[in-house]
Amino acid sequence: MDYFLELFFGGLTRGSIYALIALGYTMVYGIIQLINFAHGEIYMIGAFVALIVAGVCTIYGLSGVSILILAGIVAVIYASAYGYTLEKIAYRPLRDAPRLSPLISAIGMSIFLQNYVLLAQTPDFLPFPRLIPEFAFMEPVAYILGSPELVILVTTLVTMILLTLLIKKTKIGKAMRATQQDMNMARLVGVSVDRIISLTFVIGSALAAIGGVLVASYIGQVNFYIGFLAGVKAFTAAVLGGIGSISGAVLGGLILGWAESFAAGYISSDYEDVFTFGLLVLILILRPSGILGKSTKQKV
Amino acid sequence: MTVLLSTLALLLSMTATGFAADTIKLGVAGPHSGDLAPYGIPAMRAAQLVVKQVNANGGILGKQVELLIQDDQCKPEIATNTATKLVTDGANVVLGHICSGATKAALGIYKDAKIPVMSPSATNPPLTQSGDYPNFFRTIASDDMQAKMAVDFALNKLGVKKIAILHDKGDYGKGFAEFAKKFVEESGKAEIVLFEGITPGAMDYSSIIQKVRRNDAEALIFGGYHPEASKLVSQLARKRVKAAFISDDGVKDDSFLKVAGSAAEGAYMTGPRDLSKIPLNAEAVAQFKAEYGSEPGAFFQEGYAAALALLNAIQKAGSTDYDAVTNALRTQYVETPVGKIKFDAKGDAEGVGFSVYTVKNGKFVELQ
Amino acid sequence: MQNLKQSILVSVWFVFLTFPLMVVRVNTMDNIVVWRWESLVWVAYEAFVLSYFWRFLMQRKAVREKALAANDNLVELIKNDSLVQNNFIFVLLVLLQIVPAFFYSFVLPWSYLFGFFLLAFLLAVGIRKYQYRKGLGSFARVDEAVSDKPRLNLLENHSFRIRAQLVILTISLIFPLVVDTYQSNIMISALIYVVLGLGLNISVGLAGLLDLGYVAFFGVGAYSYALLNHHFGLGFWVTLPIGGLLGCLFGVLLGFPILRLRGDYLAIVTLGFGMIFKVVMENWDALSFGPSGIANIDKPGLFGIDMDLAGSTVYIYYIMIALVVFTIIVTNRLKNSRIGRAWIALREDEIACVAMGIDMARTKLSAYALGAFWAGMVGVLFAAKTTFINPASFTFMESAIILSIVVLGGMGSILGVILGAFILILLPEYLRAFSEYRMLVFGASMTLMMIFRPQGLISNLRQTYQYKGSKEMSDNG
Repeated sequence: MDYFLELFFGGLTRGSIYALIALGYTMVYGIIQLINFAHGEIYMIGAFVALIVAGVCTIYGLSGVSILILAGIVAVIYASAYGYTLEKIAYRPLRDAPRLSPLISAIGMSIFLQNYVLLAQTPDFLPFPRLIPEFAFMEPVAYILGSPELVILVTTLVTMILLTLLIKKTKIGKAMRATQQDMNMARLVGVSVDRIISLTFVIGSALAAIGGVLVASYIGQVNFYIGFLAGVKAFTAAVLGGIGSISGAVLGGLILGWAESFAAGYISSDYEDVFTFGLLVLILILRPSGILGKSTKQKV
Repeated sequence: MTVLLSTLALLLSMTATGFAADTIKLGVAGPHSGDLAPYGIPAMRAAQLVVKQVNANGGILGKQVELLIQDDQCKPEIATNTATKLVTDGANVVLGHICSGATKAALGIYKDAKIPVMSPSATNPPLTQSGDYPNFFRTIASDDMQAKMAVDFALNKLGVKKIAILHDKGDYGKGFAEFAKKFVEESGKAEIVLFEGITPGAMDYSSIIQKVRRNDAEALIFGGYHPEASKLVSQLARKRVKAAFISDDGVKDDSFLKVAGSAAEGAYMTGPRDLSKIPLNAEAVAQFKAEYGSEPGAFFQEGYAAALALLNAIQKAGSTDYDAVTNALRTQYVETPVGKIKFDAKGDAEGVGFSVYTVKNGKFVELQ
Repeated sequence: MQNLKQSILVSVWFVFLTFPLMVVRVNTMDNIVVWRWESLVWVAYEAFVLSYFWRFLMQRKAVREKALAANDNLVELIKNDSLVQNNFIFVLLVLLQIVPAFFYSFVLPWSYLFGFFLLAFLLAVGIRKYQYRKGLGSFARVDEAVSDKPRLNLLENHSFRIRAQLVILTISLIFPLVVDTYQSNIMISALIYVVLGLGLNISVGLAGLLDLGYVAFFGVGAYSYALLNHHFGLGFWVTLPIGGLLGCLFGVLLGFPILRLRGDYLAIVTLGFGMIFKVVMENWDALSFGPSGIANIDKPGLFGIDMDLAGSTVYIYYIMIALVVFTIIVTNRLKNSRIGRAWIALREDEIACVAMGIDMARTKLSAYALGAFWAGMVGVLFAAKTTFINPASFTFMESAIILSIVVLGGMGSILGVILGAFILILLPEYLRAFSEYRMLVFGASMTLMMIFRPQGLISNLRQTYQYKGSKEMSDNG
């Protein structure tokens, strides 16, 4: 039973990070039907900016949780700024282009941003200071669920509640939902569609940055390539849950996290990625629009 | 445009051979760009330092030594281009390549062209043991030696009975892990409870760590590099798993100490013998610091040793003739930063050794 | 004035954006912070100048789209093209870019790259002006649209094409005899990518099915030769078609589960397949020898003659030329065949296509299978050329490079893909100083091409079909 619980919480932690990143994919897709392939790189840039802030702060003598919060805030600001700029440069000019064009543009930006960080910073792995404090009350169960995992779970939970409130209760959320349903109609009723799209990118990028900072301080290292695998996995999670659906992204992330954790625990981690993508193909064959995705009728 | 470029390149290469007929050409190949550059650049700089010094002292056999530096990005397909380029440019001996895969791909080309090749870092055992490449030498011990040492240490010094073996699915890590598995099975002293590959770059390895605990492994032997190793040891510590962590020289890197922090304490790893007592090593490192103002980095000493050994062999052979040079490499001892070495019939260096290290107070300490 | 203000804003924004990554370099290993303030100046300057360019190009694009939509007279439009007209501003911008490139290159070599790009751009504008004066290129096409003048576009001129093909073929046949082994070797690599690009072009360019795991088929071919050679001693010539067919088979196998998926889902699933291939090859030791790979693969034989390095390189080169010519002929025929037209129809509108009675499943599967066929074939040759393969050669990055070849060259255009492969593979090889920036340029060019020139360097010439039946019909119609 212990073993099962260990794997369960391991998968939950992993899955909630996937969910956090997947939200960015799914929100963007919901509004402009674009797979923002560079989203994983935004996550990486968030982690890297946090590392830089934390590094500078450590050298100038700050310490502990204050760094974590400061680094987190700066990372969120910068990741959002990158997300905003990305949309403006690489996707907005292509809004009326054929579907394949913005996707290829996104792949291009993903490669570009990776190499930009590689060249501007370093190809090495850099140690990320372990900023998450160890709570004493977690000590007895630390072998199942440690403090960093707890912080990750709580943070993602709070973030998701806030996001849901934003979308369900506020005026901005209403405008976002309207844009998602019908962009032209939303424009007619006075929604500034361009601004809503930019905002979607900003929010999605901020979520990715939170994920980036949490993961970096959990595993303690950062390099320019961490975004690729995380992005692909989160994207898989989003598709799994039904891309375009917020609750689908969360569900997809958790399912993927558990699937990986249990597969590695009970079968073998040799074929970890095979399980991931095998699951994806299986679900897409059974339900081509994901678990919670609405099957959209194509119109002629 | 292609034609234009190639004509241009042809002209350039023609003028190059016209002027450079009376130099000895030392080819240097390895990753000098991209993410693996940190493994290739130190050896390249070592060669530059050695050549600078040799040329300042009047060269070899009355000739100056010329460096031909080529980037292979550690990719086999590019390495064949690199090797062809070096052969075409008339390299007499080659220092390189860095990665085992790239070396394997390139060796055939050098073999056909009868050029001795010496790698500072390609540790894949079949490179020397298969007997396929009589022109290949290396100044670093092979993976099976390391694996043997790690397993002997686990069995005899730590006396463990249950061993978990993990690897990163790469050619280096998996090779090491497989040799470790073989040696444990041959000894019959311990049982292998787990043999698995982990995915490099994955977010965490908690499930695999739980599995190590569940199987009551007393030691965890890991084949791979330091980024994954630091994740593993941190999670071992966090999940309160008591298994001893034993790994290879891909982990014996300062990054491991910094990234893993206190979790690294008590981890064991094999690595090239401590060189700090060898005078030539101190001299080489001092040269490097004077020139570049930083610590040398991975495979610097091995690269320095390889450059010295190759040039020394040409000197002793009295020519750049293939047979004479390889013969000199096999028979003549040479003083290098990795010790006084010569090469055995298969191409492995005699006199280069490995030791087991442990981490104590954030430093690597050599165990005797 | 408005422009100036906007450019300053852009400049400030980019200074802010790149500040942490470009200016601060933290080494958390040794707790060192390096402040690189000079790159701030550089970023500000580049952002300022490039924002002018950006606006310039955007305006141009907008004007064109508007005119095309309104069916204006294109000749007038292109004559008034801001790039052809505003010589002064353009030259000034290029100078603004190139002059500091030499100063800054000591600090940051990035600016070389921009300078280089802009030079290429200048060249393109020069060609355009030349075409304009001589009434060539798209000017001719436009002229023809409004008048009855015959076409002057060289690429569409039949006899010119034949002559050009003969010249290129002759040059490529003499090539290895004139240059050294290294040059031929590089050329073989580029030609391998030509075939890969043409193969991917079938599924992406013609059928519009984005495949991000294309490298897996390449790997299937390479492994099939390596394994058959290792275990059964099969030769190159026997395995060449086997590799192609195995690639084909895998294309169909992977195609089946994803028949129902739309573009975006397809992208992630094919990406997954590419990764699965690599993971399986790494783990299935009994089959693939794991990550340590397979060495000592035989080079292609020629009646048992023993060849040295130079000889075998030249030999492989000729095989590769033959393979490329074969690929070009077949893909060209395919493109204009019934099935090729079905692919294009599928790309343009899936539903309309099915409504026209085209079997969607068969069309999609054939696109995958035929695309994979070339990758399998050239994979065999790749294994024979490097004589060593391991899973590390078949990563997502390779798929991305092949995709960017197709995108840069022009989706659906055979000539474009060939040109794209030569540019992306040969340029970094000859300009070693840029090789570090290779992937950066790949990424940026994919985005820029999509925005400003989605048809690629050389746009696909669509076969035009004219009705040459009775006169009355066409008069009435």
